[in-house]
Amino acid sequence: MPITFEQLQARAKKRWEELTSGENAWIRVGGGTSGQAAGADAVLDAFKSSVESAGVDANVSMVSAMGLMYLEPQVDILMPNGARVFYGNVEPEEAQAIVEQHVKNGEPLISRAFAYSGGDGTAVGNLPKLASMPMIALQQRIATRNFGDTDPHDILQYIANGGYEALNRALTEMTPAEIVDEVKAAGLRGRGGAAFPAGVKWSFLAPSDAPVKYVLCNCEEGDPGAFNDKGIIENDPHTLVEGLIINGYATRSTNGYIFIRTGHELPIESARKAIAAAYEIGLLGKNILGTDFSFDMEVSLTGDSYVAGEETALMEAIEGKRSTPRFKPPFPAAAGLWQKPTNINNVKTLAYVPEIVRNGSDWFKGIGTETTSGTAIVCLSGHITYPGMYEVPMGMTIRDVLEKIGGGVSEGEYIKVLQAGGPLNGLLGEDAFDTMIDFDAMSAAGASIGSGGIIVGNETTNVVDLLRSLIAFNQFESCGKCFPCRLGNTHMLEILDRMCQNKAKSADLALLERVGTSMKAGSLCGHGQLGFNPIASALKYFGDEIKSCLNGEIAPGGVYGDGTMILPTRTRP
Amino acid sequence: MTTAEIEQSSKLREQIRQILNSQSQPTVTVLSSLIAVQDSIHYLPDEAIKEAATYCGSTINEVWSVASFYTNFRFTPPGEKTLDVCWGPSCHLVGAQQVLDAVQTALDIKEEGESADGKVTLKYNTCLGACAQGPVIAIDHHLIGKQTPESAAKIARDLRGLDN
Repeated sequence: MPITFEQLQARAKKRWEELTSGENAWIRVGGGTSGQAAGADAVLDAFKSSVESAGVDANVSMVSAMGLMYLEPQVDILMPNGARVFYGNVEPEEAQAIVEQHVKNGEPLISRAFAYSGGDGTAVGNLPKLASMPMIALQQRIATRNFGDTDPHDILQYIANGGYEALNRALTEMTPAEIVDEVKAAGLRGRGGAAFPAGVKWSFLAPSDAPVKYVLCNCEEGDPGAFNDKGIIENDPHTLVEGLIINGYATRSTNGYIFIRTGHELPIESARKAIAAAYEIGLLGKNILGTDFSFDMEVSLTGDSYVAGEETALMEAIEGKRSTPRFKPPFPAAAGLWQKPTNINNVKTLAYVPEIVRNGSDWFKGIGTETTSGTAIVCLSGHITYPGMYEVPMGMTIRDVLEKIGGGVSEGEYIKVLQAGGPLNGLLGEDAFDTMIDFDAMSAAGASIGSGGIIVGNETTNVVDLLRSLIAFNQFESCGKCFPCRLGNTHMLEILDRMCQNKAKSADLALLERVGTSMKAGSLCGHGQLGFNPIASALKYFGDEIKSCLNGEIAPGGVYGDGTMILPTRTRP
Repeated sequence: MTTAEIEQSSKLREQIRQILNSQSQPTVTVLSSLIAVQDSIHYLPDEAIKEAATYCGSTINEVWSVASFYTNFRFTPPGEKTLDVCWGPSCHLVGAQQVLDAVQTALDIKEEGESADGKVTLKYNTCLGACAQGPVIAIDHHLIGKQTPESAAKIARDLRGLDN
């Protein structure tokens, strides 16, 4: 007799109570790629050895990152009265003092803490409540709901916090068609950039009676400035695994793939462990939870290629070939991976699915705007005071995200330029900052939510230099299949190089526009079709600055060194 | 080839066959095979191309087309450590070019590749995925954020065992 879901929940609850009962302190160190880059591994080791040398009973774990990346490495300690005290920018050398004073003597080190949460109502020193901090209060965390709380490698912690309830409900109480209808009614639009309604996409695949059907999850995420897909996988992989299993059930599919770029060790490890754990307790494999639904899942790695994130190129990569896009039609729902019926969604899209099934479509539809329900998972980087990953309801203005959550500009006077939605999307100037974060409002402004990345540039940012960096990225990453994209990006990069080196001529602007038009008309996928977007949008907001470069004037901020950019010379043969 | 070279090559082939055979995921392809070899021996020698072709029932041409397409693959042994420096637009805004410049000076090279002492391979990376901590570098995939030209140059010199 296989284990029932109720038995699993009971086991999970027991595990969670052990960790949170307060009998032993629970020291949580925020992990993830960003945490690692900030030095979290050394901090974790320091806390482990400090606990040992202080002779106290405490659990020390690496948990998911909360998203407040400016405070990394971040550590919090849960005490017997239920209060959690949060420490930011922790150095390994501080671990001993924090353990001695906070865990052993029960006195939080207030001078090093930034907030507290929970507890019995008594304040902790003069610390603010975590929930009162604007960067927490303004968020509405759905896909990132467990961030900062649970160990991503412990499936029981996920289940203890409501995990796999949606899958259980879907398999035992709902038909596949009902789930597709629910996702349609929720108004969930694809978060990979195209904003296509996910339920509608699923309904293309569902009717096929083919014996093998695939559902793919795209975590290629090569966009500089975006780290939310990898963020979800490394911080809460089961929310994605659960979403993909439900996706498989709803479309009556047999196999799922999570597609990640090689070299991104933490998300890869996290996805693999989550899949193995789900198999181990019968949430993947044959007859899931005792029903007649069977479903297999694995991780597929791609080599370095940005275009592998395009849906048909991704299928080529899973098949082990060069990741170049295919002609459409046939569309993936008819003939996708290995020519079998296939559906593909972005990580974020799938990560919302468990909560939609658990709470109903009306609940999700009630969040966000008329045309874009739900939230946006925004990644802030560049010249911003509080860089991080924040899940905000759709409809918040860019300005609120930048000022209230991001704390405004860092190292400078004001924010001059934003690069929103990845390198195939636009630059935005001050005039656009009151735009709502919503698929339609953003595209009207000339940008896109795209991948969710917002790179912030202060007044010293040279727009032409930033454009060159974006086009250099696009040029390097062109797969080479369509010559307008392959050559067009190279031409545009040469022109931008001339502009940065003060060698441009007035005719160069028209040339840029002509190349951009050819790329749009003559390329098979978005990489070429959207490749002129950064320049087109920059002309809208920074036209004067760009034109001044053509007259031999160096734009504000200048460029580094002699104006030559250090770039890879390798190209794809 | 000398006898010693032939022997070495056949040893390498045997090692690669073992790597190819021990892929644990259900779906095995040319690409997964090449990734497995490079993960294990850090580059793709000719032997890997040939063995992957045999193993996957592919042609040498097909395997080369895949190997040459993905920019993570390399065909000569790397230095003892690989130092990735991000040049993506997010790190660019906060000083990636300056960091790259300083690292190249510290390694005494002018582009991607190995330092003369063979200690360090420099690789330009389009995005390491920790943009909030930019400028970011990585030593053998382990990320280190908030770099300055000075701190990155020190790390590069440390990897070479030079005084700072």
